[in-house]
Amino acid sequence: MPKDLKDPSLKKVAYYPGCALEGTGHAYNKSTKAVGKELGLDLVELKNWNCCGAMEVKNIDPNIQTYLSARNLSIAEDMGFDTVMAPCNGCYHNLKKAEYDLANDEGSKEVNARLSGKAGHATYAPGKVETIHSLDWIKRAIGEEELSKRVKNSLKGLKIANYYGCMYSRPRHIFPEKDKGEGSESTSKPHFMDDLLAAAGAENVDYPLKTACCGGAHTLSDSDTSTKLVLNLLTTAEACGADVIATECPTCHTGLEMHQIRAEKVLGRKTNVKILYFTQLLGMALGLSAGKVGVNENFSDSRALLKEKGLG
Amino acid sequence: MPIHEKTLIRPENLVTHEHLEIDGVDVSGHWSTFIESRAVTDYNENLQEEISALAGGENIHRCWQCGSCTNACTVNAINPDFNPRYWIYLIRMGMEEELLRDKDIIWQCVSCNKCTYACPRDVVPEGVMKATAHWLELKGHTPESPSTIFDDGFSQQVFDTGKIEDSRVMRGFFKGTGQSLTQPWLVAMVTGLIKRFPLFYLIRMGWQTVFRPKTRGWGRASRAIHEYVEEVEAANRAALGLDAKGAK
Repeated sequence: MPKDLKDPSLKKVAYYPGCALEGTGHAYNKSTKAVGKELGLDLVELKNWNCCGAMEVKNIDPNIQTYLSARNLSIAEDMGFDTVMAPCNGCYHNLKKAEYDLANDEGSKEVNARLSGKAGHATYAPGKVETIHSLDWIKRAIGEEELSKRVKNSLKGLKIANYYGCMYSRPRHIFPEKDKGEGSESTSKPHFMDDLLAAAGAENVDYPLKTACCGGAHTLSDSDTSTKLVLNLLTTAEACGADVIATECPTCHTGLEMHQIRAEKVLGRKTNVKILYFTQLLGMALGLSAGKVGVNENFSDSRALLKEKGLG
Repeated sequence: MPIHEKTLIRPENLVTHEHLEIDGVDVSGHWSTFIESRAVTDYNENLQEEISALAGGENIHRCWQCGSCTNACTVNAINPDFNPRYWIYLIRMGMEEELLRDKDIIWQCVSCNKCTYACPRDVVPEGVMKATAHWLELKGHTPESPSTIFDDGFSQQVFDTGKIEDSRVMRGFFKGTGQSLTQPWLVAMVTGLIKRFPLFYLIRMGWQTVFRPKTRGWGRASRAIHEYVEEVEAANRAALGLDAKGAK
């Protein structure tokens, strides 16, 4: 085990990318893997994983959504892992929620046992596998101190609004490890992304909309509402002096990019803020090229800004 | 009345008299604006029970009417008529007619969970909004909302193949809601990408469109889920006193 890891047990974890990271969020997948490799961390993808149901399946029936995540957790257990890392807020949220519901809701438990039995795999029992976010993964495995030592290309001079969205911290009861004081994540004012990017040299602005909603669940079905929400996120980031909104969720990221186009029409001018995944920023700070972390796959074109700041 | 709920006074219930004298006192002009009083007689005594029978609505009876949900609400900040506290009140009182006045906006809940986070009584208002939107559709008060069309298309893909593919979900949604695929923002996104020409990205998107992603060994899970969905749908309809599927 490498000595420089803060928590050596996280050197190798199960990886659940989820559907979005194979589609529109591919840059997040690419940059997460690249950062892991650069930091000497190993990701082993879950075999034959399925969709977590996102924000949609629960509206058909929440127990099916619980089953979908339970199946993924049972795969992690089968593969011998006690930790699964999910970079997508939706996947992360749903795995956490399944964990909670299977421990506390008889109905979910019963449906999960029934569906698992019919599908022919082991019924997942809560408590066997811990779900972590990519933020937890880097923060806990490496930590800010070690990370700052490995920075080759500081993000100095880059002003960042850290945007966490809804699913990372709400509702509180499915995240029992949060709000536990010093060192733990806060659900009302999350800071893990701020901590990591600060360690990489960035200047974080005090962004009041860290956990505001981008309208991601209705990004297509109620576009006008989503555009209004994104317009607010963008102009507030500008008012805070941010060059970049750093994201940690493919739905937020794509929503911000897509509705930036629509919001600028409403606003009648261009907005100056660019949108990048936090893993893309960390990757470039660790010395990876813009291409290696998929910057050219983003709709929000940040190449000129990155060049100006001497990054990528 | 909290200031954020002023919109609850509907314009049609406000009456202003040009000239009005009450008990010999002239109250014309500003002082003659009244909220019309009315008697509600058409209670649906089963309303709370029906909503709580649908997924998400289970805890509605716990509500204390503190209004934390509406205060925290993302959509309320954009549209003051979007008022979860008030709708929960109406449902608990059985005031169906009053609830139906807002039937076309209830589906707009974005599931940000701010209400559920703020609620001191574990009502899960987000779930109640979803259950109410579902109830409106099952009862035939509203057509399927764009959100429901999206949820259905998305979920069917998951149930059938175990995974979803973005462009297929999008195409299905635009088709289902009768919209054109050439949305101006979509065109702007695609042309922006092509200009930078990340060839690999475009090839991969094309590949996924032709060869849809699937979860290997999903067949049995798919059948089990489809069976269960039928069971849930029948139970929902029975709880609302509706006939078997199809007869709305």
